[in-house]
Amino acid sequence: MAYSSKVIDHFENPRNAGSLDPKATDVGTGLVGAPACGDVLKLQIRVNEAGIIQEAKFKTFGCGSAIASSSLVTEMIRGKTLDEAGAIKNTVIAQELELPPVKIHCSMLAEDAIKAAIADYLSKKEAGSSQA
Amino acid sequence: MLTSLKKTYPEIYLDYQATTPCDPRVVDAMIPYFSERFGNPHSRNHVYGWDAEEAIEQARIQVAKLINADPKDIIFTSGATESNNLAIKGVARFYKEKKRHIITCVTEHKCVLDSCRHLEQEGFRITYLPVNPNGLIDLATLVSAICDDTVLVSIMAVNNEIGVIQPIGEIGKICRERGVFFHTDAAQAFGKIPLDVDAMNIDLMSISGHKIYGPKGIGALYVRRKPRVRLEALIHGGGQERGMRSGTLPTPLCVGLGKAAEIAAAEMSQEQTRLKALYDRFYKKITEALDEVYLNGDVTHRFLGNINLSFAYVEGEGLMMGIKDLSVSSGSACTSASLEPSYVLHALGVEDELAHTSLRVGFGRFTTMDEVDTAAQIIIDQVQKLRKISPLWEMAQEGIDIKSIQWAAH
Repeated sequence: MAYSSKVIDHFENPRNAGSLDPKATDVGTGLVGAPACGDVLKLQIRVNEAGIIQEAKFKTFGCGSAIASSSLVTEMIRGKTLDEAGAIKNTVIAQELELPPVKIHCSMLAEDAIKAAIADYLSKKEAGSSQA
Repeated sequence: MLTSLKKTYPEIYLDYQATTPCDPRVVDAMIPYFSERFGNPHSRNHVYGWDAEEAIEQARIQVAKLINADPKDIIFTSGATESNNLAIKGVARFYKEKKRHIITCVTEHKCVLDSCRHLEQEGFRITYLPVNPNGLIDLATLVSAICDDTVLVSIMAVNNEIGVIQPIGEIGKICRERGVFFHTDAAQAFGKIPLDVDAMNIDLMSISGHKIYGPKGIGALYVRRKPRVRLEALIHGGGQERGMRSGTLPTPLCVGLGKAAEIAAAEMSQEQTRLKALYDRFYKKITEALDEVYLNGDVTHRFLGNINLSFAYVEGEGLMMGIKDLSVSSGSACTSASLEPSYVLHALGVEDELAHTSLRVGFGRFTTMDEVDTAAQIIIDQVQKLRKISPLWEMAQEGIDIKSIQWAAH
């Protein structure tokens, strides 16, 4: 299968690969996929008090398209509000990376990872404010 | 010739189980039979026909010699897929009034499994033997699976994905004692390891040309005459090949297969020594540099031109992309278009998460030690790079048991 040049670029030069402290109150972690299915995406976001994503990091177990999709979304969501980031659709990711039909699920996982990271951040924030 | 090959493809070719380049000596032997000596080997009335027939019979002898067979028992086919189809369907259909049970194994090549599935629809009963975690069948299980209705046992010699060698001699002995025909798919074994149809009690053997540095589009089926094995043809026509396979024989391809078999016979033992050195070097380099690398298939009962490794926490397809200068295979080439992990590894009990991390590396006649060193280094670098961005590797380093996590299937 031939990969698009964009997938190859993200695969060879992954943007924002790494981890944030999952225990930090301003960090949300999304872990989606399953090892048995051959794809696991971990996406982490650091959110400021204004609700804007300041930093995003990923780690991914998967094919080139899965790695590229994760790398791309870390760039896409930085500087966005949680609502804006949560509204990103997988089709945008798939189009940007020119993913073939068999790899569309990679973009869907990336979308799920954003939503999971936001949900984790919000649940932490809620838990924090109810304790206060 | 190989230098020109390398100019076209700068990558290192390490997929010798998928196919092999034609040996230049094989090409040289074939060339005259395309245009100068083009006769129909079945033309009995003139010198063109006689010349082609002589070439075919010489090739038949060369193929037979490699497995200690009578040349008359060799049937030329289009390849191992056809040979497997002919052996399994042909024997089953010929004896169907008497016996209707066949035994094979879950790790066989798709063309064997699919032929068996097809026969199930025709009313035959098939037993698919499981394999041990080392990829080998259990002989006691085979013995207990044989019944009065069993007509054929079909077990491959060398597995295409993991390279393990099944105990062919023992299987042949059991089959002969029980009066059951024994077919072996030797596509990956013929010309690579010693095979003897008499000593191993083999009744039918499938052979491929392009796996042994011969041309694509040619193969053979060994069909024993003493004691006689009969089969129903799949292709009908002029009654060539003892009526078992009609159609004009492709003289250049037959000559190529014969020449390839002759070279394989002459060079087998020195080639085995050379492959062992390549295999040992590769395995040592990889396992010294990387933790959590697992060899799939038995450690000792294996053909050393094949090495199938699982690199835990690094997905195979992603790894393949990282090592794009190496032509290797993730799973087998026949099934790599699908996203499912290999059914062979699955049958060994390799868990899906490890099966997804597997790579098949094949060494062959034109693989050099330099290439092995380069390939090992490229793989090591990429595995290290991908583990750095793998969430599973991170969890493993932190001591988190990946199995303890509730993963959402998708």
